[in-house]
Amino acid sequence: METLLNDFSPGLFVVSTILLLALIALMIKFAWKPILNSLEERESGINNALEAADNARKEMQNLQSDNEQLVKEAREERDAMLKEAREIKEKMISEAKEEAKGVATTLIENAQASIEQEKQAALAEIKKSVADLSIGIAESVIKRELASKEDQLQLVEGILKEVTLN
Amino acid sequence: MYNLIGAGLIVIGAGIGLGQIGGKAMEGIARQPEATGKIQTAMIIIAALLEGLAFGALFLGK
Amino acid sequence: MKIAQKSIQFLTIVVIALFSISAYAVAADKNQDSQPNGGQVNTKKEVEEYILHHIKDSHDFSLFSYTNDAGERKHLGFPLPVILWSSEGLVTFMSSEFHHNDDGHVIVEKEGLKFAKIHSKIYELESDAATVVFDDTHHATNAHKVLDFSITKSAFGLLLIGLLMLLWFSKLARQYKTRKVPTGFGRILEPLVLYVRDEIARPNIGEQHYRRFTGYLLTVFFFIWILNLAGLTPLGFNVTGQLAVTACLAIFTLVIYTVSGTKGYWMHMIWMPGVPVLIRPVLAIIELAGALVIKPFSLLVRLFANISAGHIVVMSLIAIMFTLKESLGVVGATGLSLLLSFFITLIEVLVAFLQAYIFTMLSALFIGMAVDDHEHH
Repeated sequence: METLLNDFSPGLFVVSTILLLALIALMIKFAWKPILNSLEERESGINNALEAADNARKEMQNLQSDNEQLVKEAREERDAMLKEAREIKEKMISEAKEEAKGVATTLIENAQASIEQEKQAALAEIKKSVADLSIGIAESVIKRELASKEDQLQLVEGILKEVTLN
Repeated sequence: MYNLIGAGLIVIGAGIGLGQIGGKAMEGIARQPEATGKIQTAMIIIAALLEGLAFGALFLGK
Repeated sequence: MKIAQKSIQFLTIVVIALFSISAYAVAADKNQDSQPNGGQVNTKKEVEEYILHHIKDSHDFSLFSYTNDAGERKHLGFPLPVILWSSEGLVTFMSSEFHHNDDGHVIVEKEGLKFAKIHSKIYELESDAATVVFDDTHHATNAHKVLDFSITKSAFGLLLIGLLMLLWFSKLARQYKTRKVPTGFGRILEPLVLYVRDEIARPNIGEQHYRRFTGYLLTVFFFIWILNLAGLTPLGFNVTGQLAVTACLAIFTLVIYTVSGTKGYWMHMIWMPGVPVLIRPVLAIIELAGALVIKPFSLLVRLFANISAGHIVVMSLIAIMFTLKESLGVVGATGLSLLLSFFITLIEVLVAFLQAYIFTMLSALFIGMAVDDHEHH
């Protein structure tokens, strides 16, 4: 410890303190500040450039995926259109079928109704002809009236035998 | 004379310590080669602290 | 390459200036009797003394010395100014007036005061003394140390390297104004700057605060590193091996982390939360001692001791040339010395970087501890 303290020169300590303080101050002012600033500037420039490249690549990717999206959408749209068309076609066919069926049934109904009508009309005619017949019979009966009572009855019964209602 | 014996003792102790630091650092590097940089830095710092201690003791005795 | 050329030009100019001064400084040593063998280094004891002398600061810049044909000792180098704060105020003269004497035999009289240099320290003699008188333990009895603000070899080296750093890095800074990527020597400096910022400052201080301290850390890193490397050159600087310089650096770090410490940091130091109240004062003493004494002390002693030890080892291995000359022969001793000192110098190059890295790293770590927000509690 003694030799250590003996070697220590306070004068040199003061001189080197002054010189080193000056050196540190000058180095910071004239060397390190500008050097570090421009290094940082350069680094941030490089970082920015890298980021820009990254962004560009991402944009490219986005564009590509956009394209793909577009193609995909178009394909979907086409598919949808085709599907729709098919549906419309089927619908049209089924509608047509429905309609035809409806028409057929109405036709049948109409036919049935007209058949019924015809039937009614025929029945009414028959009834009318029965009535005419009865009137005719009655006429002829009345015309023959007075021959005999038995004849009358015979006649009526004969007529009635002939006429079968319905 | 006693100074010299003391200096010898200090050097023995520091040598053992340095050996331990170096050996353990080697083991660490062998186990995890990817951590070589970190281990080396820590090793140098600890070795430097040990060295400072040893030199301090040597000069106190001188 | 321009920067490198400029700095080479700068260094060339400095070297030429040095040698033009040294032409005057080459002087015959008048004190042959005080230095046996005329200052030559041959024996073990002389080697030891020479190394210890080198480790210390010196008042003149000498590159080497030799004995000429006439038997005079010549020193090649140049004197540096001596600035003293004596009992009569400021005294300045050139160190050449001591004539390379280092044991108090040459007495310089200035403004009625007498000065002598003993073991690289300048003493002021008492007014009635004519020569320095030593006691048994080789302490001067009639002289005392003065405050020595001289531009010593270390201060000179500090100035030189500081100027070089300013030159290099301000040039690099100016390059960025016109271009994005530096050219020439700046290409070497830029990754080092980035290394300190990204590997030392940022991870240890934290993303939020590191900007404030990066300038200091960068200065300290390059300062220590370049001076460590300069110490390995034949110029023989030992600036980072001077306690005064490392103490100065450590105190800067201490001041920075003490001043910028957050409230949480001080709370944790003085009144540790989550610990029984009785233990808190004890912990506070330990923590305060750790932060204010042990941390800076370990910083300053580590750098000083590593660099001094490195210089001692390199010079001792070079000295094998003289000390083992008899047992190994000239060629064997020289070869062994060259081989060993070559490898140890390689290791010292690594240590030069490692010590700069560790000093900066620990400074960053201590600052990081002080500015941490302690939000996790």
